[in-house]
Amino acid sequence: MSINLNVPNISNKPVDKCVTKLNAEDVNLFYGRFQALRKITLDIPSCAITAIIGPSGCGKSSLLRLFDRMNDLIPGVKVEGNIELDGIPIYAPKIDVVELRKRVGMVFQKPNPFPMSIYENVAFGPKRHGIKNRGEMDEIVEKSLRQAALWDEVKDKLGQSGLALSGGQQQRLCIARVLAVEPEVILMDEPCSALDPVATLKIEDLMQKLSEDYTIIIVTHNMQQAARVSDTAAFMMMEPDRAGVLVEYGPTAQLFTNPKDKRTEDYITGRFG
Amino acid sequence: MINMRTYNSRKITQRSAFVFLGLATFLTVLPVLFIIIYTIVQGGGALTWDFITQFPSLAGKAGGILPAIVGTFYLMLGTLVFALPIGVMAGIYLTEYAKENWLTKLINLAIINLAGVPSIVFGLFGLSVFVMAFHFGLSLLAASLTLACQALAMVITTSREALLAVPREYREGSLAIGVTKWQTVRHIVLPQAMPGIITGAVLAISRAAGETAPILVVGAAFLLPALPTSPLDQFMALPYHLYTVAAHVPNMPDGTMWAVALVLLIVVLSFDILAAAIRIKTRMRK
Repeated sequence: MSINLNVPNISNKPVDKCVTKLNAEDVNLFYGRFQALRKITLDIPSCAITAIIGPSGCGKSSLLRLFDRMNDLIPGVKVEGNIELDGIPIYAPKIDVVELRKRVGMVFQKPNPFPMSIYENVAFGPKRHGIKNRGEMDEIVEKSLRQAALWDEVKDKLGQSGLALSGGQQQRLCIARVLAVEPEVILMDEPCSALDPVATLKIEDLMQKLSEDYTIIIVTHNMQQAARVSDTAAFMMMEPDRAGVLVEYGPTAQLFTNPKDKRTEDYITGRFG
Repeated sequence: MINMRTYNSRKITQRSAFVFLGLATFLTVLPVLFIIIYTIVQGGGALTWDFITQFPSLAGKAGGILPAIVGTFYLMLGTLVFALPIGVMAGIYLTEYAKENWLTKLINLAIINLAGVPSIVFGLFGLSVFVMAFHFGLSLLAASLTLACQALAMVITTSREALLAVPREYREGSLAIGVTKWQTVRHIVLPQAMPGIITGAVLAISRAAGETAPILVVGAAFLLPALPTSPLDQFMALPYHLYTVAAHVPNMPDGTMWAVALVLLIVVLSFDILAAAIRIKTRMRK
């Protein structure tokens, strides 16, 4: 299943520079003997926010974590099929996973700032990647915090612990931390599920702004959120053996107003899940 | 309606349970308190400035115990130098890098058993390996290595616990922005685990400082004319000194003997307090 990217209704953004950023083809994912994903095929457009929705346990996060190979951390994991970033297979043996994760950053469900100052949190990635010059680092930190819409709130207390911030600020700090290493893709694994509605709205606004420069994929439980922020949406479900499958994928507006699959319609109208 | 009779009987059961549990707790503290107080009462009188700054004379019956104190500190230092880096590195490897397989399980089993090996067996091991096979002779070096072997189990175990206590979210957050595994361990995990690691190491060397059996056969001497000047020299140590004056010196004055015990107790307890202080200080900082 793949979508035609050069359709105007996919997004209100200019689509001329829109390309297939990531694509998965016939991907199976196993944790030991348990199959978590079955035959997943989809293209992720570069110019859009893609939402992955579906009931709990259907493999949304597993799918997301395929794109930065975070699943590799789980013992006994096995990936079949092909996943490409800009046309380059990321599960090929010669691929440097560290380099890949620099290009494909990740924001987690629970805000996880490091137990260090706000400045150090943002500077952590660039510093590890070899930037030593203090002035250059100051610029990166300010730019990243501005991009994450956090600068005005923290510019006078950069030396304070990142853990002292509120939940929503912590999550934006984590986004700034990802932005600081200048990724191309940002994966967000239910980034708002630990936040209150106001903080959630701020993150959603932020995502809209970031989507002008970054490819964003978000896993969310919240269908209103998917409808509000995403341009394309993927609906997943569990098969009887609990393996996750992709049921329907397409422009968000179409998926929510005119779903092609009966199961999508049932889920969206709240008949289950 | 509450049935008052069962209510009352349950209250009595609860009350008596608390009393018994409290009593059990008190009974565990009692011997420790008794030992400390008895040692102070018995040895306090003989514990003078001269006693801790002078060499012993008349087979330990008079004079001081300076060389035994110095020897014990050298031993602690030597143990720390060998046990800390090796133990921490092994701990990092086992927690962060080792895969779950039979070999790792075997290693874990070995470490648990290492802690259970009787200390005199470590002494004999040290004698045949460090003293004889490595030709270190009866020396501080051989004794430090022997005690380090014994301390390793504890250093590894506490290091692992400290490393495992670092939340997975920190590791993921770091790996997810293209930071290497080693950088993550070095800059995120280790700094977080450091207080726990240090606490474990301090406790391990304070235990080593109190050991008699392992050093008995690898270089501890009863009386030496001078302080050790090289790691290959023989040495005196507080627990061994105490053992000898208590068991082998006739007409040993009680006060002097207990004063040795008091000094040993102070050395060991002050390190335990240091470990507790590190723990409390880092907990407050968080």
